[in-house]
Amino acid sequence: MKRTMLATLLSTIAATALADINVGVTLSATGPAASLGIPEKNTVDLMPKTIAGQRVNYIVLDDASDTTTAVKNIKKLISESKVDVVIGSTTTPNSLAMIDVAAEGETPMIAMAAAAKIVAPMDEKRKWVFKTPQNDAQMATAIVEHMTNNNIKTASFIGFSDAYGEGWWNEFSKIAEARKIKVVGNERFNRADTSVTGQVLKLMSARPDAILIGGAGTPAALPQKSLKEKGYKGVIYQTHGVANNDFLRVCGKDCEGTVLPAGPVLVAAQLPADSPVKASALAYVSKYEAAYGKGSVSAFGAHAWDASLLLANALPAALKKAQPGTREFRAALREALEQTKDLAGAHGVFNMSAQDHLGLDQRARVMVTVKAGAWSYTK
Amino acid sequence: MDLQILLLLGQDGITNGAVYALLALALVLVFAVTRVIFIPQGEFVAYGALTLASLQAGKVPGTVWLLLTLGVIVALLDGIKLLRERRYAKLPPLLIFNVGLPLIAAAGLFAIPPTQLPLALQVVISMLLIVPLGPMIYRLAFQPLAGASVLVLLIVSVAVHVALIGLGLLFFGAEGSRTPAFTDLSFELAGTLLQGQTILVVVASALLIIGLYFFFERTIYGKALRATAMNRTGARLMGIPPMLAGKLCFTLAAAIGAFSGILIAPITTIYYDSGFLIGLKGFVGAIIGGLASYPVAALGAILVGLIESYSSFYASAFKEVIVFTLIIPVLLWRSLSTHQIEEEEE
Repeated sequence: MKRTMLATLLSTIAATALADINVGVTLSATGPAASLGIPEKNTVDLMPKTIAGQRVNYIVLDDASDTTTAVKNIKKLISESKVDVVIGSTTTPNSLAMIDVAAEGETPMIAMAAAAKIVAPMDEKRKWVFKTPQNDAQMATAIVEHMTNNNIKTASFIGFSDAYGEGWWNEFSKIAEARKIKVVGNERFNRADTSVTGQVLKLMSARPDAILIGGAGTPAALPQKSLKEKGYKGVIYQTHGVANNDFLRVCGKDCEGTVLPAGPVLVAAQLPADSPVKASALAYVSKYEAAYGKGSVSAFGAHAWDASLLLANALPAALKKAQPGTREFRAALREALEQTKDLAGAHGVFNMSAQDHLGLDQRARVMVTVKAGAWSYTK
Repeated sequence: MDLQILLLLGQDGITNGAVYALLALALVLVFAVTRVIFIPQGEFVAYGALTLASLQAGKVPGTVWLLLTLGVIVALLDGIKLLRERRYAKLPPLLIFNVGLPLIAAAGLFAIPPTQLPLALQVVISMLLIVPLGPMIYRLAFQPLAGASVLVLLIVSVAVHVALIGLGLLFFGAEGSRTPAFTDLSFELAGTLLQGQTILVVVASALLIIGLYFFFERTIYGKALRATAMNRTGARLMGIPPMLAGKLCFTLAAAIGAFSGILIAPITTIYYDSGFLIGLKGFVGAIIGGLASYPVAALGAILVGLIESYSSFYASAFKEVIVFTLIIPVLLWRSLSTHQIEEEEE
């Protein structure tokens, strides 16, 4: 009798252990995208350890900003760790490369990279893929809108000579042309460049009213500093890729008056009280700063946080249909993610559909100006 | 394109070229003496700049720990060897250099908040923290393989580079830093503004190059290095220990690297991995000099800086392509015009 009881007890423990939800994470904590990947990794540590009464295990791998490693990681997560869902990766090239593996393994994947082509156009493979950051097009529209509102007639562009800069150039030139802003310059620079004097002189010789810098993180400060040093007087726009405090630190007083679009989490405390995102954005900020110190929060970590909110929201529905660790559970989780409705995250309100696996609208972006060395909410 | 832009671009190119020239000289020196193609040269640039930046931010730079660790390992390895050979007299200098000095530096950093120190002293401390890494890396990574082929040394060199990059990320984080300018002076020259900092870079590089010239021409150590570079076996027969030559040239390389880093930190943002590309451009300069000629290498590096500057104006998207494509005609010209130098038999 005793023995059977013990056996039952043991088997229950084994069953619950099997029923843990396994979340695989691959992100770029080292390599060129490390400034984005590190806050994301920190955020993973803050993610809930139990959701809907189930234990959640996070298996975090670093892909070193390298596409091949990202693919290797997701293969390992799906085939060896038998994860129920994958969060990652940090950069667009990595996330794009992971789509095939996620679809093949019938495992939902939530990307933390920005490019629209990660989830569009919707097809049999992308059916398994979701993403949390705003599309570049959404942000570019916001910039062009701000330009037309401020009577800017001519603009120039200088961006990274990689997928990020190229993507921004495509979006920006298209939208600006449609809104009758004349684009008079288009230059490129490298993340690791020590000087952009040549590009800056060329940009300035065309005398644009405004210049958009399509760069991410602290490297985007270099063109801005050179422009100021050479006496450029027009408005300088940056992209949401610079939205962390290190950018302000490196750029210093040369950044005064810079305008950029960003996720509302960047200025969470300054949002109007009726903003639907204010509470959820503040929740993330206070949680992150409690763990890593005041002023440490960055917009990039919030994309990872939104991924975990999506998960926490979808898991109860999926748990009703199947046991974690099974193919049915993963399919149910995918369906539940697709049905996310009115979920307020740190970066906006998510409304997913079968066609839209991002689900953010205009509430996911605000215009921010740099004033007195801090982000200041403007619209 | 008017004259003013032409001048500004030239100024920018020469400033960058001066730094590349320093690195090119260090690369030629290391290759000539030890046959190591020293890829981690750029890491010293980043380490120097970022160590200074973290001193100014009031943080204890992670390089202190690297210095202490490497120092202890070197002291252990060499100490055991000395004890076995019963050469006790050599023990104190070994311990003082590898463990004592780093310990004093570390203790000093904890005792006196470095932010209160004048800039010149901060620069000296940064140099003291970075330069000893050169000979230590030589002792640990290259000395045991001193007789190996150029290819093996190159592979080790890549390994050291990757390790140092990883450590750099750990020490300084993913985001870059800038240090305040040494001087806010600026001059008006032919209608263009000349920043004091850029002049400082050019002048300091020129002075360093002149200093190196006198070091090689006038001092016994410099002559020993030149002798080793010309003929390793011959120099050995004349009583110049190859180990000493190796350590000496790595010390010089580390000093040049860290110094260039400190020079350019106020004009650009330096990241933990910025050094590689800067070093690579110095390498292009060194290649133009055939990894043998100092003046040609320095001129080549300045040429790289100028080409980089002008191509960033005309075709910014292809800047790196243009700079690195430069190697191909240079290699063609060199392989056609000079006869093959056989690798020296050991």
